[in-house]
Amino acid sequence: MGPEDLIEAVRKRLGPAVEAATDSFGDPVLILRAEAVRPALAALREPPFDFAVLLDLTCVDFAATEGRFELVYHLYSLAGNVRLRLKASVPAADPAAASLAGLWKNAEWLEREVFDMFGVRFEGHPYLRRLLTYEGFEGHPLRKSYPWRLEQPRIPLKEGP
Amino acid sequence: MASPTRLERSARPGSMLLNMGPSHPAMHGTMRIMLELDAERIVNAECEIGYLHRGFEKTCENKTWFNLLVYTDRLNYVSPLINNLGYAMTVEKMLGVAVPERAQLIRVLVSELSRVADHLTCLAAMAMESGAFTVFLYLIKAREYLWDVVEFTTGARMTTSYIRIGGVRADLHADWRAALAAAVAETRRVLKDVSGLLDNNSIFVGRTRGVGAISREDALSYGWTGPCLRSTGVPYDVRKARPYLVYDRLSFDVPVGENGDNYDRYAVRMREMEQSLRILEQAAALLPDAPPLPDGPVIEPEEAVCRSRRRRAVERVRLPPNLEGSEKERLPGLATSDGPVTVPAKEDTYTTMEGLIGHFLFFMRGKGIRPPKGDVYFSVEGGNGELGFYIVSDGTDRPYRLHLRAPCLHIVSALEELIKGRLVADVIPTFGSLNMIGGEIDR
Repeated sequence: MGPEDLIEAVRKRLGPAVEAATDSFGDPVLILRAEAVRPALAALREPPFDFAVLLDLTCVDFAATEGRFELVYHLYSLAGNVRLRLKASVPAADPAAASLAGLWKNAEWLEREVFDMFGVRFEGHPYLRRLLTYEGFEGHPLRKSYPWRLEQPRIPLKEGP
Repeated sequence: MASPTRLERSARPGSMLLNMGPSHPAMHGTMRIMLELDAERIVNAECEIGYLHRGFEKTCENKTWFNLLVYTDRLNYVSPLINNLGYAMTVEKMLGVAVPERAQLIRVLVSELSRVADHLTCLAAMAMESGAFTVFLYLIKAREYLWDVVEFTTGARMTTSYIRIGGVRADLHADWRAALAAAVAETRRVLKDVSGLLDNNSIFVGRTRGVGAISREDALSYGWTGPCLRSTGVPYDVRKARPYLVYDRLSFDVPVGENGDNYDRYAVRMREMEQSLRILEQAAALLPDAPPLPDGPVIEPEEAVCRSRRRRAVERVRLPPNLEGSEKERLPGLATSDGPVTVPAKEDTYTTMEGLIGHFLFFMRGKGIRPPKGDVYFSVEGGNGELGFYIVSDGTDRPYRLHLRAPCLHIVSALEELIKGRLVADVIPTFGSLNMIGGEIDR
């Protein structure tokens, strides 16, 4: 199945969940409505698409220019040897999206990282806790509003056992 | 202050909570595993990463496309050349430049050297922690031979920054063929010895076979790639699934395991190294020797600058040792000539006004490499699996966003599940066989 056929088939299956389909440097890209992300990805995980692997999940901060965060999902299908990129925007004022926990097992850590770095809440996540920084870290470092060389306040030593 | 972790909240009153790491002899790389124990048995486990977080992605947003290459060395520091390659090829995909064939072969060569070094290091640590110190020494010895080739070519063992956007920095060093043949022969010998020491060793087999096993479905659900995924029987390898460089012209097999346990991860890595050695030999055979540099007088750079004030000096310019191999005559085979993507030839910078301008146009803020707007994902097969870069460009001289798909993050996220219900001693070989690399997982 070529990329055009794949995009066509996915659009047919997902219907109004897909806002647009584009192509970026040869990679097929689908833009989804934010509230449709979880059901859409759940559908793509099943045959005939069979996207068994959630390759990657990350986020891009367009808050300053466009008032939104963009979540970027990469799926991979072993059977078809195809990669698909899906994007969904959440408002910068209160960024939240549905969690993929329960669909793919690595989603739990990937979403914790996005929460840590961007402050996007994932509803339905069983354990939304910072992953790479620590509890008590102030701010979300990969937001564009976070200065590159900001120092964090010192954490006091823990008392006793 | 700190709220209790999931493990602390769910722990039963009578059980013992134990921290393994972040400073623990077996946690090579810094990671904390919290264990809830019932005597020796692990009831529940929780992993905490991030102890080596350096803000790689944030830093990249503040560095130019050319400058940030040095930060990629520090991701998977056991196979830095593959990180260089992944980043360079992702940017090349945006720029749409073609890399000369010689540079592609050199890239394959150094990638496979790195892959073997990566696997050797992983198995060495894993074996040492299960008590096989001899194996550790043997494997590290083989790695030193491989790193000799890397070091003489790139000038560094780990912080290589050798694969550049558009090609490679310099040609292989003069004696590379003999050094490579010696390294390959030595590695073969060591692999045979190690295989004899471990394959049927009852202590090693007892601690690895059936321990840390994962099913194929779970491995895919955790996003596993690389040798760890292949140990469950899925033959997914980026070099085969989406061939890059000249891998489609080389013959090699993708070894797979069956059970997805520690032993299979060991065995798959052992067999993969043999395949990588095969690739090394093929790539070496395809690589012609570099033509000798022209004879004639050579002058120092200072003199070249002085002489070229009126008319360009015709003599060859002696380059400093760190630029050895990137002479102007060599560059056409090593770097693309499509646009201002690579560092211009130093000889021109010293002797011509145009060359000097070209040099400044490459390095000045706001100039140099500027990929078109858009976002791109590209991945290569790293030592641990699919090493992907997702980059968003806004058309300026630095990336708007750069994200690394670290294969080991996905792999280590399954560790909790692998050790639950097992004994404390099983953590060590299981953790070792996953090959957690702090620089890559924490970024």
